[in-house]
Amino acid sequence: MNPFPHYSSHKEKLKLLSSGSLNLEENVRQFIGRIEQNIHLNCYLQVYKEEAIARAQEISNKITNGTGGKAAGMVVAIKDVLSIKDKVTSSGSKILSGFLPLYTATAVQRLIDEDAIIIGKTNCDEFAMGSSNENSAFGKVLNPVDESCVPGGSSGGSAAAVTAGLCDAALGTDTGGSIRQPAAFCGIFGLKPTYSRVSRYGLTAFASSFDTIGPMTNNLYDLALILELIAGTDERDASSAPLPVPRYSVNLTSEEKLTIAIPREYFTAGLQSEIRDKVEELKSFLSVQGYDVIDVDLPMTEYAIAAYYVLITAEASSNLARYDGARYGFRTATSGNISDMYTQSRTEGLGKEVKRRIVLGTYVLSSGYYDAYYAKAQKIRRLIKEDFDKAFQKADIILTPTTPTTAFKLGEKSDNPLEMYLSDIYTTGANLAGIPGISIPLGKDSRGLPIGIQFLTKQFNEENLLKFSNFVVQNFKS
Amino acid sequence: MTDYLIYEPVIGLEVHAQLLTNSKIFCSCPAEFSVEPNVHVCPVCLGHPGVLPVLNKKAVEFAVMMGLATNCKINQYSVFARKNYFYPDLPKGYQVSQYDKPLCSGGYFKILNSEGKESRIGVTRIHLEEDAGKLIHDSGFGSSVDVNRCGTPLIEIVSEPDIRSAEEAVRYLNGLRQVLQYLGICDGNMEEGSFRCDANVSVRLQGTQELGTKTELKNMNSFRNVEKAIKYEIGRQIELIGEGKPVIQQTLLWDPDEELALPMRGKEDAHDYRYFPEPDLMPVTITDEWLNEIKFQLPELPETRKSRFIENYGLPVYDSEVLTSSKEIADYFEELASNLSDYKMASNWVMVEVLGKINELKLSINQFPVPAVNLSRLLYLIIDGTVSNKIAKEVFTEMMASGADADEIINKKNLIQISDAGQIQTIIENIVRAHPGQIKEYIEGKEKVFGFFVGKVMKETGGKANPKIVNDLLLKYLLKLRTQSE
Repeated sequence: MNPFPHYSSHKEKLKLLSSGSLNLEENVRQFIGRIEQNIHLNCYLQVYKEEAIARAQEISNKITNGTGGKAAGMVVAIKDVLSIKDKVTSSGSKILSGFLPLYTATAVQRLIDEDAIIIGKTNCDEFAMGSSNENSAFGKVLNPVDESCVPGGSSGGSAAAVTAGLCDAALGTDTGGSIRQPAAFCGIFGLKPTYSRVSRYGLTAFASSFDTIGPMTNNLYDLALILELIAGTDERDASSAPLPVPRYSVNLTSEEKLTIAIPREYFTAGLQSEIRDKVEELKSFLSVQGYDVIDVDLPMTEYAIAAYYVLITAEASSNLARYDGARYGFRTATSGNISDMYTQSRTEGLGKEVKRRIVLGTYVLSSGYYDAYYAKAQKIRRLIKEDFDKAFQKADIILTPTTPTTAFKLGEKSDNPLEMYLSDIYTTGANLAGIPGISIPLGKDSRGLPIGIQFLTKQFNEENLLKFSNFVVQNFKS
Repeated sequence: MTDYLIYEPVIGLEVHAQLLTNSKIFCSCPAEFSVEPNVHVCPVCLGHPGVLPVLNKKAVEFAVMMGLATNCKINQYSVFARKNYFYPDLPKGYQVSQYDKPLCSGGYFKILNSEGKESRIGVTRIHLEEDAGKLIHDSGFGSSVDVNRCGTPLIEIVSEPDIRSAEEAVRYLNGLRQVLQYLGICDGNMEEGSFRCDANVSVRLQGTQELGTKTELKNMNSFRNVEKAIKYEIGRQIELIGEGKPVIQQTLLWDPDEELALPMRGKEDAHDYRYFPEPDLMPVTITDEWLNEIKFQLPELPETRKSRFIENYGLPVYDSEVLTSSKEIADYFEELASNLSDYKMASNWVMVEVLGKINELKLSINQFPVPAVNLSRLLYLIIDGTVSNKIAKEVFTEMMASGADADEIINKKNLIQISDAGQIQTIIENIVRAHPGQIKEYIEGKEKVFGFFVGKVMKETGGKANPKIVNDLLLKYLLKLRTQSE
């Protein structure tokens, strides 16, 4: 893959644009050209070619006049679960194919307001349910690093687009690892913010108490910049945190020697040895650098996947009830009474994994089973949060692998949902606890597939996460 | 019915009241009624992908007000929950309601029971929820959905099974509606559906404690229908039990035309709502400060107002009850009384003339053409002797017809009462002179003739002579004549 673009961050891009050594329209045209060349990767569901070029001209003028926003000229791809007014937002599902939203998601609008250029909508697992991007109604996405491998999911299109140089950055969403896991598989940076840090308004709900929106980029500066632009309270999301947003991108360096914790429970049999070695390498490096590296226990870890799948399927079964063919989206062509219409529209309009989760979620909420599943899983969720709280009394950052393996082969796990679910084992904890997590690329395995390392920290402490990641990226040479 | 000596009905009511907030409960769309379908809608109440609910604080305040008015405990921590079911008028596929942690619980409401004694009906809970839309089947192109009503704030008031007859049920409903209207939080219109009621009915042997199998009655859209449906269902259950047949637990729909309650189709009745906490809304936390503010805003309730009418205006219990039966009537009376010294007179006028007309014309007091301030002037003119009570009624009729005020009508029609004693004396003397036969009869002791002369004087003056003065002067004059002749 040719190295593209020729700047290392948006900071540099803005400098080049301001000085005139980079032409924004040309830059956008180059992206469009690359998208067209890489159509087989299936990263994009929609590309706004003419509009992006027109925006480039408009923003170019603004930059010249010195009135450009903080993201002026940044070419951003948006995961298809985020609404953009009058732009098809299908959430990767046939049941919403052709659906035109009446409004734009807050996170996307905030980027547009800062003069980012929205280049298109990226492919993803249907309703963000999946870990391989093989569940999209619009076809699978290939991993640009190795096209026989999955890009990860559910934000696979966004990750692949960033890796392949088909945009400057992308927005993804993370309910159980859907930003961090594909970032790891594709060798880029992905940040899942604290739950409630970024407004969910306009994000097609999957599991409302887990869903987060975050940036996916090829450098840390952009990650920090996008987060600071999209974060912050929103009157349209009652769950958004009413806290001020730090200017994350202004200073990414810190001399502070933090305490780094390694959770024992995360280093189990399923972990690929090369990833384990990478963590060991990083541990030694950090000790040498003067960081206090300790072991911690997260004893509830073994229940995390089970609790996670009970809770997210429960919420999903309710969130997806609105797609019934009655008011908008796909409706079956067969006739019958209202009940037949519902059943048939959903049977034809929803994919296998989505149906599996709706059935699971309906079951765990049904009368007689609620206490055994949903209520118990809520208890485990609280205990997992307490595990993290305790760990963060001892340490500032928890260091883990992002995934148990590097990118797996297309089709390798599609027939084994349980094995597929286990690929979320290191990422779901952050969603259960509502804490922020980042995945950074740290070298490759023997097959040349990227390895992702995850850092977790306390709620609303993204600043620490970014600064620590920056230290590692700048100083750790594997 | 002798059966009532053997069986005791046990009734609990679930009342839904639409709240009079400006906007809907979770979005900024107007909550007002609209004939044109689907005009008060936005992505939020349409349940489009990605939208989120934002709670209307006013709706919470209104619900708390009703909780306070029904002696409930206000739960300072309450939780919204999703009630999941598929129906075309429910855009999200779930209704946002409250389940195991409602806003208000454990209250009571006082009514007079069938024996005329005060009875406390337990209020189990009051919770907040959103209304669903409406299906329209006669639009000319199949079935359509009108989403205007979706997201209108509702409170559900659930009673304990403390009600013992259909009449008590209606009394309880009337009482709740009166309080809702006093609070200004619901217009209480049952026919238009802003105030709705379902009833749980069972019967048991008198003197037993165990509850019988209950049925749920729905679709009763007037007080009359509530009474008829409950009576019907009690009768049906007693008959079944009498025949040794079981009562089946089911939901029945009242058919007001056939006056029958028929079971809903089984499928619609077999819901598992899969309630779980609504993850898009934070739990509702009501601080002491907020609760105090709401308490402070709480208007005077019917009970208190009734007592005040008895004490402050010295009105009889009956008058006070009638005048405080609705907030608007009580307001009308108080405005009327504020400029007058004779409260009983004001009360009589409101109860007889005003309410009489309102009932006759089927108006609400707000639509009544004579404002309280105008009526007040008329009553003042009676008290100061400008017009007689009889003339005043004529003026009042004219005020209603033309909308003119009292002074205008009295002047125009020259209706000012003649209270000049000299003038009346002259008229009396002229009339007596013109009727020698009648005066003879009077002198001879026929007292009835007095009335004849009163009538003549009033006729002569077009009814304007002050009747008291006429009486006094006439009596004095006639007695004088009688004495002179002896």
